[in-house]
Amino acid sequence: MLAFIVRRAFQALGVLLTVGLIAFSMFRFAGDPVNQIVSIDTPAAEREEVRRSLGLDDPVPIQFARYLARGAKGDFGVSYQFRQPVSDLLAERMPATLELAFCATVFAIVFGILMGVFSGLNRESFMAKVFQTISLIGISLPTFLIGILLIYLFAVTLGWLPSYGRGDTIRIGWWSTGFLTKSGLTALILPSITLGLFQMTLIMRIVRAEMLEVLRTDYIKFARARGLTTRAINFGHALKNTLVPVITIVGLQLGSVIAFSIITETVFQWPGMGLLFVQAVQNVDIPIMAAYLMLVALIFVVINLAVDILYTVVDPRLRSSIRQPA
Amino acid sequence: MAEPVLSVRDLRVEFVTRRGALKAIDGVSFDIARGEVLGVVGESGAGKSVTGSAVTGLIDPPGRITGGEILLSGYRIDNLPPEQMRKVRGKRIGMIFQDPLTSLNPLYRVGDQLTETIRTHTNLSASGARKRAIDLLAEVGIPAPDRRIDSYPHEFSGGMRQRVVIALALCAEPELIIADEPTTALDVSVQAQIIALLKRLGRDHGTAIMLVTHDMGVIAETADRVAVMYAGRIAEIGPVRQVVQNPLHPYAKGLMGAIPSLKGDTHRLTQIPGSMPRLSAIPPGCAFNPRCPFVFDRCRVERPEPIARDLHPVACHLYDEAPARTESVA
Repeated sequence: MLAFIVRRAFQALGVLLTVGLIAFSMFRFAGDPVNQIVSIDTPAAEREEVRRSLGLDDPVPIQFARYLARGAKGDFGVSYQFRQPVSDLLAERMPATLELAFCATVFAIVFGILMGVFSGLNRESFMAKVFQTISLIGISLPTFLIGILLIYLFAVTLGWLPSYGRGDTIRIGWWSTGFLTKSGLTALILPSITLGLFQMTLIMRIVRAEMLEVLRTDYIKFARARGLTTRAINFGHALKNTLVPVITIVGLQLGSVIAFSIITETVFQWPGMGLLFVQAVQNVDIPIMAAYLMLVALIFVVINLAVDILYTVVDPRLRSSIRQPA
Repeated sequence: MAEPVLSVRDLRVEFVTRRGALKAIDGVSFDIARGEVLGVVGESGAGKSVTGSAVTGLIDPPGRITGGEILLSGYRIDNLPPEQMRKVRGKRIGMIFQDPLTSLNPLYRVGDQLTETIRTHTNLSASGARKRAIDLLAEVGIPAPDRRIDSYPHEFSGGMRQRVVIALALCAEPELIIADEPTTALDVSVQAQIIALLKRLGRDHGTAIMLVTHDMGVIAETADRVAVMYAGRIAEIGPVRQVVQNPLHPYAKGLMGAIPSLKGDTHRLTQIPGSMPRLSAIPPGCAFNPRCPFVFDRCRVERPEPIARDLHPVACHLYDEAPARTESVA
């Protein structure tokens, strides 16, 4: 198991190096960084001075190595537009994004599994067909449209929930949380549904398809022949066997939820990393874009490793294959 | 005579399809006594497995029982509500399936599956159930059961897994075990062990066993009586020696003629020409008449009922010399 994790960590390092190279090359391909910093009428000598002070006259590999070394320490440079360290900006925005992603994922998992199990067990029932229709909507409607529709219905027409922002937050150390205030919690509802709806429908469809598959297997027939209760068969024996593909999807989607909450954050003016990223793109704020890229890559790599480890928790057959790599 | 453990009376099972109801089981009757092994043989699709499923109340939809009764130790079980029938399954009727590789849930330790079954049907404590599970594994011949109980199914060989499946069927000391092709998926050498195990368990516990198979060798070795099924009906039923050595029904004769022999003259095995009719196209009269070498006019119009002949019943007009002497299957 340890060897497996070490091996995966090296693979992860390779992925991060590659992404780092792409992030680094953004600085060079999106125009001369010096031009981003100085104004139009800065004399050439001053420009050279800036270039030298930033180390931009060094050979590219040295600059890349320096970039990586700083990045490893959490230093991704200074934002062009905010004139603040990028890492501070991201750390300040991260709690908002992570809390939103957490709520969206919990919403997606809970409702996705419940609806999936229900429609797998009662595939002919009216409710199962309703769920199938909802899932079709969730899969096909674009996120920004769902967000706007929800705002129109619940914020504008009914006036029940806030249409933008995080509400009041409370700081715990460097982490600002919206979980502890009423306005913070109500502000989470609409964005979480918007962000989680697609994952929910995906999970529901996978659980349903897997349930239908598993219920046909011999061990379920044998479990019935053993006289086990329907509850034990459906939730103990069948559901657990559907979990491996569900974990795969949830894991990959969790990464997407964090990384691509950009649209939801924009629609709801959610003060998270996604909104920061969109602003950075608009202002060609390359240090933020590059750091965001690295952060997202790191999140994906960590989640993938966690998913692989979770597989072995669920399915004992995978344990021996990991212990003895072929 | 003591009451039979299982008594099936004129059982009918139909599968409702778009092209109408297909009769998978059409008037089957038989008894199994305490400690007796009844072998049920026939080609694929003859209704052997469906009979087993009907007894446990586990016919896959759209199949359903449309007539007859099933009695377990004298009590009707075919019309029990689902929750009561669930309590009969596993407790009073144990079931063994064909493929041990797929009948165990791969994600649970065999011990968990055993204790789960034991605790569903008895009120043993967790530790009591575990002790019983170890005893059961020992009884079905699994070495070092106190260690193996914590293994997962994929850590056992096919034969060992079938032993675990048998242990699962035995969890609540059932009166009846239905073994549906228990040896078909196993190596020949392992088959013999599993058959010996089943026989011993039936003898030790007085359990009645319904052994569904298409392997005449297994039947000849194991069964006390044998029922030959064809197209949803019993063609012939009787003591295994009589049926194997002196089959009466032309279909049973064909089946026995198809068993290879190591002794005597080498000759080609007899074949039964043609194949069993599909359920949607069962011919009128005797279902076997298109393939029967002794067919005569009556076979094509009148369906033969079981006639007691030489002490065991056979459903064939050839033996109907005195038409008045029809009896039901004993």
